[in-house]
Amino acid sequence: MKYIPDGLRRLWHRMGSPRWFFETTGSWVPWLGGAAALLIAVGTVWGLAFAPPDYLQGDSFRIIYIHVPAAYLAQAGYILMAVCGVILLVWRMKLADMVMTAVAPIGAAFTFLALATGSIWGKPTWGTYWIWDARITSVLILLFLYLGIIGLRRAIERPEAAGRACAILAIVGVINIPIIKYSVDWWMTLHQPATFSITAAPAMPPIMWVPLLLNVLGFNLLFAVAVIQGTRTEVLVRERRTRWVNDLCLRETA
Amino acid sequence: MHPKRKQRLLIISVLVGGVGLTSALVLNALNENINLFYPPDQIVAGLAPVDQRIRAGGIVVDGSVFREIGSMSVSFLISDLDGHDVPVTFEGILPNLFGEGQGIVATGRLGADGVFVASEVLAKHDENYMPTELAAMQGRKPPMGNQVNSEPGASY
Repeated sequence: MKYIPDGLRRLWHRMGSPRWFFETTGSWVPWLGGAAALLIAVGTVWGLAFAPPDYLQGDSFRIIYIHVPAAYLAQAGYILMAVCGVILLVWRMKLADMVMTAVAPIGAAFTFLALATGSIWGKPTWGTYWIWDARITSVLILLFLYLGIIGLRRAIERPEAAGRACAILAIVGVINIPIIKYSVDWWMTLHQPATFSITAAPAMPPIMWVPLLLNVLGFNLLFAVAVIQGTRTEVLVRERRTRWVNDLCLRETA
Repeated sequence: MHPKRKQRLLIISVLVGGVGLTSALVLNALNENINLFYPPDQIVAGLAPVDQRIRAGGIVVDGSVFREIGSMSVSFLISDLDGHDVPVTFEGILPNLFGEGQGIVATGRLGADGVFVASEVLAKHDENYMPTELAAMQGRKPPMGNQVNSEPGASY
């Protein structure tokens, strides 16, 4: 910890303050939201209307423009929640708990979207809406983990205890992420292996993956906006008895 | 780092490591059951149970698909492209992506004669995507779905 630059250390300490988060991020939301809307609009229209159809799947392949970003963020969201869990348990940073609270329903929504789009694509491509292969089952477990964390938080009355319990569940559940990622390589599944990887060229021409890249970036920003807004709400709810929130409410209603 | 925080971090690491190790052992023990289907080499080697509901998966061999005239019966070979072929018979509607050179996963029973009698055939899509024009330029066949070859020698 001695080698961490001073600036970063100060940022870390400031980040512990929910008030700092609330006041800093307020102006980000319209910009991030606007950029997200623009990227998703361009990526989706390009992908659905202008990208060429696949020679085997025809037009049904276009569901990847929603399915891939949703599935990616479903997993990234869970990792974010687990990281927040570690920060909460080790450093007792309240803001991490608020982020964790905000991520759970958003991550669950993206996971559901990934499962639903996959199922809709599965019927014309595979011939079935659902199959219990390792990939699909592990993503269903991810959805249940998200729902479990939402439920656990509501089941425990004391916020500190609820936060710690959720943190432990989030951290333990992170084991599922590599299982999802490598399920298609470790076992025989109906789901195909990854089309995109860091080490190899995509198994898809640019005319098909460029709109997908736009949508992935757009979904990332959408996810960020949703998490920031959710966290801001959580900050106000939990700090409702503090002076700065009361002052803020008075100013807003005046 | 504060010793107390270091200790908490250590506890979390041990927790994650323990759960990870447990999951690895459990998944390893359940390996056979997690695999969705038996590949052709395992079936040829006699590792798949006979006359039980199982799934078989492989690539449909080029030129092996034959349909009986006037019925829904179709037969074909699935292969691992490594010298192991399993004959499959099926009666019913094939998925649109079914075709020679395409992967499939069939549910059914393996007979004592080594023929797999399928009750359901699903198409397996691979990770490659290609625009129609590009595929046509490379001479790739579009999926055949239910338009399969007739019996050998039959006129079209």
